Amino acid sequence: MDLDLLTNILYLTIRTGTPLLLVALGELVCEKSGVLNLGQEGMMLMGAVVGFIAAFYSGNVYLGFAMAACAGIAMSLVFGFVAVTLNANQVATGLALTIFGTGLSAFIGASFEGKTITALPTLAVGFVETIPLIGRPLFAQDAMVYFSWILFIAIYLFFKQGRGGLKVRAAGENPTVGSNLGLPVLKIRYLSIMFGGAMAGLAGGYLSLAYTPLWTENMTAGRGWIALALVVFASWRVGRIMLGAYLFGFASIMHLVLQGFGLSISSNLLATLPYVATIVVLVFLSKNIERLKQFEPMALGKPWHKTH
Amino acid sequence: MIRLEPRPAISGFWTYASPVTAVLLTLITGAFLFAALGQAPLEALHIYFISPIADWYGITELFVKAVPILLCAYGLALCYRAAVWNIGAEGQLLMGGIFASVIAVQFVDSDAWLAMPITMLAGVAGGMVWAGIVAFLKLKMNTNETLSTIMMNYIALNLLLYSVHGPLKDPHGFNFPESALFGDSTLLPILFEGTRLHLGLAFSLLALAATWVFISRSFIGFQIQVMGQDQAAAKMAGFNKTKLVLTVLLICGGLAGLAGAGEVAGPIGQLVPHISPGYGYSAIIVAFLGRLHPVGITLAGLLMALIYMGGEMSQIFLGLPNAITGVFQGLILFFLLSSDVLIRYRIRWASNPMKAGAA
Repeated sequence: MDLDLLTNILYLTIRTGTPLLLVALGELVCEKSGVLNLGQEGMMLMGAVVGFIAAFYSGNVYLGFAMAACAGIAMSLVFGFVAVTLNANQVATGLALTIFGTGLSAFIGASFEGKTITALPTLAVGFVETIPLIGRPLFAQDAMVYFSWILFIAIYLFFKQGRGGLKVRAAGENPTVGSNLGLPVLKIRYLSIMFGGAMAGLAGGYLSLAYTPLWTENMTAGRGWIALALVVFASWRVGRIMLGAYLFGFASIMHLVLQGFGLSISSNLLATLPYVATIVVLVFLSKNIERLKQFEPMALGKPWHKTH
Repeated sequence: MIRLEPRPAISGFWTYASPVTAVLLTLITGAFLFAALGQAPLEALHIYFISPIADWYGITELFVKAVPILLCAYGLALCYRAAVWNIGAEGQLLMGGIFASVIAVQFVDSDAWLAMPITMLAGVAGGMVWAGIVAFLKLKMNTNETLSTIMMNYIALNLLLYSVHGPLKDPHGFNFPESALFGDSTLLPILFEGTRLHLGLAFSLLALAATWVFISRSFIGFQIQVMGQDQAAAKMAGFNKTKLVLTVLLICGGLAGLAGAGEVAGPIGQLVPHISPGYGYSAIIVAFLGRLHPVGITLAGLLMALIYMGGEMSQIFLGLPNAITGVFQGLILFFLLSSDVLIRYRIRWASNPMKAGAA
C-alpha cells in the first residue's frame, strides 16, 4: 500500500464520518435531554433534499446548508409536538418521522434527481496541506468538516462545564425533580430536539451538497440509524462520538482499503460492512447491560408531562 | 396551552375511533396537499382513492398489493403484542425472496409439481433465518432489536443486490441485474383468469385465521400478551421468555419470508433489484392502524394497498411523483399516534395553568 492511497483513505474516512458525526452529536444532545428521536433518517433526508434544491436555485451552497438545517428543525418540531406535547410513544413517533421524511423527500425531490450543483469547495490552508500523510486529511477539507470539529469541541465544553449542559442533563435524568426545582423541562427538551433536527439537516445537506453532490431518493442509506447506534457506542459521552463516527466512516470505505491490498470483493457485499459493524458493536456493548445503563439518561424515551 | 389530563381508564371508544380519525385527517390533509399542488382537491382524491378500485381488475390488483403487506403485518402484530419491536419485516421479506429464488432457478425447465411448494418453503426459511438471527442477538446478546432489525434490513437489501448482480444473475440475460424468468411450475397459480391475483391470497387468508386463533385461543398467545403488557408479571408466572420471543420472531420472519417468495414467484416472476416498494415498512403502519388485531389489520392492509395504487394513479393521471405514497403513509402514522393520545388522556385547553390545576 503506498502513501498516496493511505492519505486518501484517511481523507475519505474523515469525509465519510462527518455526516455521522454531525447527526450523532445532535442525537446525543437530544437523548441527554431524555428524548429518543428515531427520526434521524427522515430529518437527514429532508435536509438533504431541501438543501440541494436551495443550492440548485440560488447557486449558493452555503445557503443550501442553512436551508438544510431549517428543514431538519421543521421536521424535529413535528416530532416534538407529537412526542413531547402530545406525549405519544417516542419510538413510534420517531419511526413515523422517518417514514414521513423518506416519503416527503422523495416526493419533493423527484424532479431534481440527476441534476447537478457545484459541490462545497475544500478550503486548503496552503503549505500545511503538503505535509505527507496527514496534510490533506486534516488541512484540505471543506468548511463543514472544520465546522463539525468546532461543534464537537463546543458540545464537549457545553456538557463539561457551565449550567446549560447541566440543565439538559437534569431534564434527561429526572424531569419531575428538575421541573419541581423550576427548570422549564418542556422548553429544554424542545430546544434539544430542535438542535438534533438542525444537526440531522446539516448531515443530510453534507451528503447532497458536499459528499456526492447530487440528490437521489433515500440517499442517506441508513446513516441516521447508524448514528443512533453511535450514541450507544459512545455510551452518551461526547468524546467517543467522534471516534465512533470516523470508525464507521472507515468501515464505509473498506472497498478502497481492500483495493490497497489488491483484493477484489463484490461492492454489494462490502456495502453491508457498516451495518454488520453496527450490529457487532451493539452486541459487544450490550453484553454488559448493567454498565451501559449507568451512562444512559435515566428518563430516556419515557413520556413525561407536567402534572402540576 | 394544551394540557393532558389522564383518564381513569383507557377509552374503549377512542381505541377504535382513533384509526378512523387518523384516516379522515389524512384525507383532509391530502385534499389540502392536492390543492397546494394546483390540483382540484376532490377530483384528485377521487383519482387517488376511488379510481384504482373502480373495476374488477382494479379490485383484484388491490388484493395483489395487499397480500405481501398483510402477511408481514400479521406477524409484526404478534411481535408488537409481545413488546418485541421488530421493524425488520422488510429485510425478512427480501431474504424470503432471495431464498425462494435460489430454489426457483433450479426448476426453470422442470415441470415437477414440487417446485412451487419447495420455493415457498425456501422463502419461509429465508425469513425465519433472518428473524432468527435477531432473536439470537436479543435473547443471548441483549441487543436492542429495533436497531438490529433495521441493520438487518440494509444488509438484506445489499445481499439482494449482490444476488442479482452476481450468483443469481441470468446467464442469458444480456447482463441485466435480474435472475432467469421462473418456470411455470414454480409460479403461483392465478386464481382468476385475466388477472394477476395469485395463490398468495389463500396464504394471507390462512395467516389471518391462524394468527387470530393463535392470539385469542392459544395459551401461548395469552402468554405473549401478558409478557407484552407486563414483563415482571410474565416472569412471576414462570412464562418462558426465550420461547415466546423466539416464537413471535420466527412466525413473523416466516410470514414475511413467504410474502417475499410470493412476490418473486407471483406478480414479478423472477428476482429483480426492486422486489418490494417498502412493504415491510408499511406493514408496521398497518399493524398499528389495525390495532394489532388480525381483522383490523386486514382492513388497514387493504387501505395501505390502495394508497400504493393511488400513488401510481396520481403519477399517471395527475403527473405527481409516485413517492406521494410515502407522504400519505407518514401522515397516517402521525395522525394515528396523535389521535391515540385520546385513548389515555383528555385534552384540556388551559389558558391559565394555575386555574386549570385548581379545577
